[in-house]
Amino acid sequence: MIDYSVASLVKMAKEKNTKISDVVIEIEIELEGVSRETLIQQMKQNLDVMQKAVERGLKENLKSTSGMSGGEGRMLEKARLNGKLNSGDTIMKAVARAMAVANVNAAMGKIVAAPTAGSCGIIPGALLSAAEHIKASQDEILMALFTAGGIGRVITEKATVSGAEGGCQAECGSAAAMAAGAIVEMAGGSPDQVSNAVAFALKNVLGLVCDPVGGLVEVPCIKRNAMGAANALISSDMALAGLQSFIPADEVIGAMYEIGKKMPVEFKETALGGLAATPTAKRFYKV
Amino acid sequence: MKVLDVIGPIMIGPSSSHTAGAVRLGRIARNILGEEPVSAKLTLHGSFSKTYRGHGTDLALVAGLLGMNTDDERIPSAIKIAERKGLKVSFSEADLGDVHPNTVRFELKSAGDKKAVVVGSSTGGGSIEIVKINGFETSFKGEFHTLITQHEDKPGVISEVTTVLAQYGINIAFMRVSRKEKGNLALMIIETDNPIPNGVRDKIAENRKIYSAIAIEPI
Repeated sequence: MIDYSVASLVKMAKEKNTKISDVVIEIEIELEGVSRETLIQQMKQNLDVMQKAVERGLKENLKSTSGMSGGEGRMLEKARLNGKLNSGDTIMKAVARAMAVANVNAAMGKIVAAPTAGSCGIIPGALLSAAEHIKASQDEILMALFTAGGIGRVITEKATVSGAEGGCQAECGSAAAMAAGAIVEMAGGSPDQVSNAVAFALKNVLGLVCDPVGGLVEVPCIKRNAMGAANALISSDMALAGLQSFIPADEVIGAMYEIGKKMPVEFKETALGGLAATPTAKRFYKV
Repeated sequence: MKVLDVIGPIMIGPSSSHTAGAVRLGRIARNILGEEPVSAKLTLHGSFSKTYRGHGTDLALVAGLLGMNTDDERIPSAIKIAERKGLKVSFSEADLGDVHPNTVRFELKSAGDKKAVVVGSSTGGGSIEIVKINGFETSFKGEFHTLITQHEDKPGVISEVTTVLAQYGINIAFMRVSRKEKGNLALMIIETDNPIPNGVRDKIAENRKIYSAIAIEPI
């Protein structure tokens, strides 16, 4: 049994002079006894559902079942196309797409939990927007999803991706870390740079609590997906520029887990604290 | 966790515990009934009772009762589809006692007047646990092929069941027996590594001391 860590993925990729995505696929074949074809086929289906969710969220005026949210991704995309925003096209494309997917999720549409349903917009938003910018092929995006999956697997083995166990840092933080690493590889970065991007993205949101209004995956989750997509792009750019994380990715993941375990239960998806306990939240959602 | 469980599953939102897990609970309750349900009384407990409308938990539970999977795009219209198919559904909220916050009790009836009362919890990330069937305490997650028997609480019945499974090369992974009182009726859950074909189930059901035998596939 291998020690599934970011450091070991980087080490194996360097030794074999290959990419982290290749290492992730090789390990998956060995550990889970699945064929390469099955892995590729299922990941293709995931990518297809991600792309369709982006399209749907940008096109349709979706309302959530509770009525608390809806249409944010579409609204943002409209403003971006009208040239009204300041943050730049790649970032705002990513943010609008991330929110569009989160809108689809809140409206009971079809999404890919990546790693969770609550954080499902971050990877498609950030990855597909970056892919468009660098003109990556469908196959390159597909391989980047394996890089994201490998990083996510490390986090599930060494820590958690569940908001109920580790707060939002574990959900949206992990999704951003997975997306950041994936973008670095897709953009031609080295395995070490992938690892740095993971560390940056997760460090940026350490301590973030999970305090959804009424316990629903809407407020603040949909906007946290926007933040997660932007975080992923910024972190991948810092890594591609050669910046180094003082604390290695695996230690950051360890710190995230420690913080998650010590986080009061009111801030772990129970809707008992934070935004969920504000007067407005209580007025809207009488529990 | 496998890479394809980290990026995945493909599901209908918004929540793995309140939507995807709820669909799986509905499906397993339907399978325990063993026939198409025509009436379903659902009692929701804890977080399920407080947030079911916003999460679409009600739609998801009914979708499961109709036999849908967690990625079925008809889930949002499940209650309308149930009406069309003649499945009568009602919801109420109640304290079901010392159970997981995301718990539901199904009282199901089929056209042939078969009945089942199933209590199950959605334990997070889409995982579920069945904790009660027809008043018997139990525990299984629907991840294996499962044989459920209700039988006379008499010596030898369990070995008669396991002997049939052994004859057909079906390996038992987990098993659990429960009863309400000594010498009356008992419930047994056997989780196996191999599928349990209908023929094997029928052979077990032939036993006069066994009142019912149901085989369900992993959910």
